[in-house]
Amino acid sequence: MSATLTMKPEATAEAEARAKVERAEIDASTRLPVVLFYGSAVFWLLVGTLFALLASFKMNAPTFLDQWGWLTYGRVRPAHLNAVAYGWASSAAIGTGLWLMARLCRAPLRHSTLLIGAAIFWNLGVLLGTFGILSGDGRSIEWLEFPNYASGMLFVAYGLIAVWAVIMFRFRQPGHVYVSQWYLLAAFLWFPWLYSTANLLLNFQPIQGGAQGAVNWWYGHNALGLWFTPIGLATAYYLIPKVLGRPIHSYYLSILGFWSLALFYSWNGMHHLIGGPFPAWMISASVVASVMMFIPVVTTAINHHMTVRGNFQALKWSPTLRFTVFGAMCYTLSSVQGIFMAIPSLNVVTHFTHYTVGHAHLGLYAFFTMIMFGAMYYILPRVVGWEWPSARLIRWHFWLTAVGIGMMVVVLSIGGILQGLALLDPGVTFMVTLEYTKPWLFLRSVSGILLTAGHIVFAVSFTMLLLRVGVRKTEPTLFGSDQGRKPERLTV
Amino acid sequence: MNRMPVIVVGIFLTFLSSWIGLVAYPYLNLGRFTPVTDPDSGEVFPPPMSGLAVAGQRVYAASGCVYCHSQQVRQVGYGSDLERGWGSRPTVARDFMRENPVFLGTMRTGPDLANIGARQPSAMWQHQHLYQPSVVSPGSIMPSYRYLYRLQKIEGQRSANAIDLLPPDAAPDGYEVVPTHEAEALVAYLLSLNRNYPLPEAPESSQ
Repeated sequence: MSATLTMKPEATAEAEARAKVERAEIDASTRLPVVLFYGSAVFWLLVGTLFALLASFKMNAPTFLDQWGWLTYGRVRPAHLNAVAYGWASSAAIGTGLWLMARLCRAPLRHSTLLIGAAIFWNLGVLLGTFGILSGDGRSIEWLEFPNYASGMLFVAYGLIAVWAVIMFRFRQPGHVYVSQWYLLAAFLWFPWLYSTANLLLNFQPIQGGAQGAVNWWYGHNALGLWFTPIGLATAYYLIPKVLGRPIHSYYLSILGFWSLALFYSWNGMHHLIGGPFPAWMISASVVASVMMFIPVVTTAINHHMTVRGNFQALKWSPTLRFTVFGAMCYTLSSVQGIFMAIPSLNVVTHFTHYTVGHAHLGLYAFFTMIMFGAMYYILPRVVGWEWPSARLIRWHFWLTAVGIGMMVVVLSIGGILQGLALLDPGVTFMVTLEYTKPWLFLRSVSGILLTAGHIVFAVSFTMLLLRVGVRKTEPTLFGSDQGRKPERLTV
Repeated sequence: MNRMPVIVVGIFLTFLSSWIGLVAYPYLNLGRFTPVTDPDSGEVFPPPMSGLAVAGQRVYAASGCVYCHSQQVRQVGYGSDLERGWGSRPTVARDFMRENPVFLGTMRTGPDLANIGARQPSAMWQHQHLYQPSVVSPGSIMPSYRYLYRLQKIEGQRSANAIDLLPPDAAPDGYEVVPTHEAEALVAYLLSLNRNYPLPEAPESSQ
C-alpha cells in the first residue's frame, strides 16, 4: 500500500521546489479567513481569561464585586466557559482546521466569502451570548448557556463552515486522504449535528426535565470529544511529522485510533451523571465506552511517541513542536485520567468536586489550547509572510502557560480529592468539606494569574506579528539552531 | 483510507449509534412522564408548580445557582446524600418532569438543593440567607444576592415583606430591605423544591 507513507520527502529537488511554490500559494489563499478566526480567538481568549480570574477571585473573596447581578459568580463562570469554548477554542479550531484543510486538499482555499461570513456570525453569536449570560438570559445548561438568539447565530456560522468543508473536500487533489483529514471532516460534520440536536431539545423545544440531563451531557462530552479532540489530534498528526521531517509512525495505528475514537467517545456522556436519575444501562454503557477509550488513547499516544522518538532534542528549538508535544502528552494524560474518573468506585470521590474542574482544564487547556498555540506559531508566519517578533516572548508564553496549567490541575486535583473524601463521610459537616477546598481554591487563583500573564505575552506577540513590528527576518523565530533541519521537507 | 464514502458513512453511523442511545431513547422514554395521583389523598405527584415558582426557576437559571448546587439525591452506594439528610429517598426521572431546564448539577461547592424547600421551609430564612449568606451560614463562600433586594425608606408602617437582617447588613434607621419580584420568585421556587413525596418507582423513605 504505497499510500501509507503519504507525508514523505519529495523525490527530487525539482519536485521539492514545485511543492514549495504550491504550499506558498495555498497559504496565501487562506490569509484573510485564518487571520480573522485567529484574531477573534486571541480576543476571546483575553475576555474569557478575565472572566475566569473574576470567577476564581470570587471564590476566594465572595464579597468581591457582589453588588451587581451582571458580575455575580453564577454568571461570570458560564461567561468564562462560553467565551473560551466558543470564542477562543472554537475560533482557533476553525482557523487551524481551514488552513489544514486547504493544505491537505492541496488546493487553494475556495469560497472564502463563506468563511468570512461565518467569522462575522460566529463573533456576533459569541458576543451576544456572553452579553446574554451576563444580563441574565443564560440558560444554566452546562456548555449550552447561550440564549437562543446567540446559539442560532453560531449555528448559521457553523453551517457555512460545514458547507465550505464539503466543497473543499470535493475539489481536493486526487490521492491519499491523510489521517488529519479524517478527523477534520468528522469534526466538521459531527459538530453541527451535535449542536443543533442539543439546542433544539434543550433550548428551542425543551423536552421534559427527566430526559434533559442525558442530552445535556451527550452534548457536553461530545463537544470535547467530537469537536475539540479531533481538531486537536488532526493538528498534532500534521504538525509533529512536519516539524520533524519524518512521516507518522504507523498508518494502521492511525486507522484504529480514529475509528475507535469515533465509536467510543460518542457514548461517553452519561459518566457525568453516575448515580443520577437514569436507567442503569445508560450509565453502564457510558462507563464501558469511557473505559474503552483506552484503545484510541493508547493507540494515538504510541503513534505520536514513536514519531517523535529519537528527536526529542527538537523540542529545544521548535516552539511549534514544544507546544504541540506538550499538548499531545496532556491528551494522553487527561484521557487516562478521564477513564479512571468514569469507574464508579472512583467517580464517587471525584463527582461533584473541583477535581472535575481540574480534569476539564487538563483537557481543554493543557491538551487542546496548547496544541492551538503550537499551530498558531507554525501557521501564522506562513500565512501572513512575517515571522514572530521575538523568541523570548514565545519562551515566556510557554513557561507561564505550562507552569500555570500544571499548577492549576495539581491544586484542583488535591482540593477536589479532599473535598470528595469529606463529602463521602456523613460524619463530616458540609461546611468542613468547603473548608478543605479553600486553600486550594486560593492557589488556583495564583495559577490563573500565571496563565493570564502568559496570555498577555502571547497577545502582544500576536499583535506585533500582525502589525509587522520590527525588521523583516529571513529565518523562522526558533529557540535555537534547528541543526540543519528543513521543517517543510514532507509533501502537502 | 482513500474511499470517501466509507469514511463519511462510518462517521455518520458511529455518531448515529450514540444519538439513538443517549438522545432518542431518553427522549422517548424519560421525556414522556405523567404525574401520579395518590389514590388515598387525591394529591398529584410531582405537584404542579405555582406561576411564581416557575418565574423563580428562571431566576435560578439566570443567577447560575446550578454551578455550585446540585439537585439530585443519589441512592445508597453513591455517596452520603441520604445520610446527610438531603432527601428521604433517591430522586428519580419523574421528579424532574416539570423542570425546565433541569438543574441536576455537577458541582457541590454548596449543598444539594433537591429538597431545600423541605429542609429550610422558612421564606424569611431563605431571604436572609440570599441577602447575607456568610452571616446566616458562617464560613460560606456563597455570594450575596442583594442585587435582588431593594433598600427603601419606610413610609408609615414597615412593609410586611421587609427582611429582618443582622448587622452589618441591617438597614439604617427609617429604612427597610424588601425583596424584588425576582427575589420573591426565587424563594417561591426554592420552597417548592420538595421531592419527599412517594412515587410508585420511589416509595418514600426507601433507604
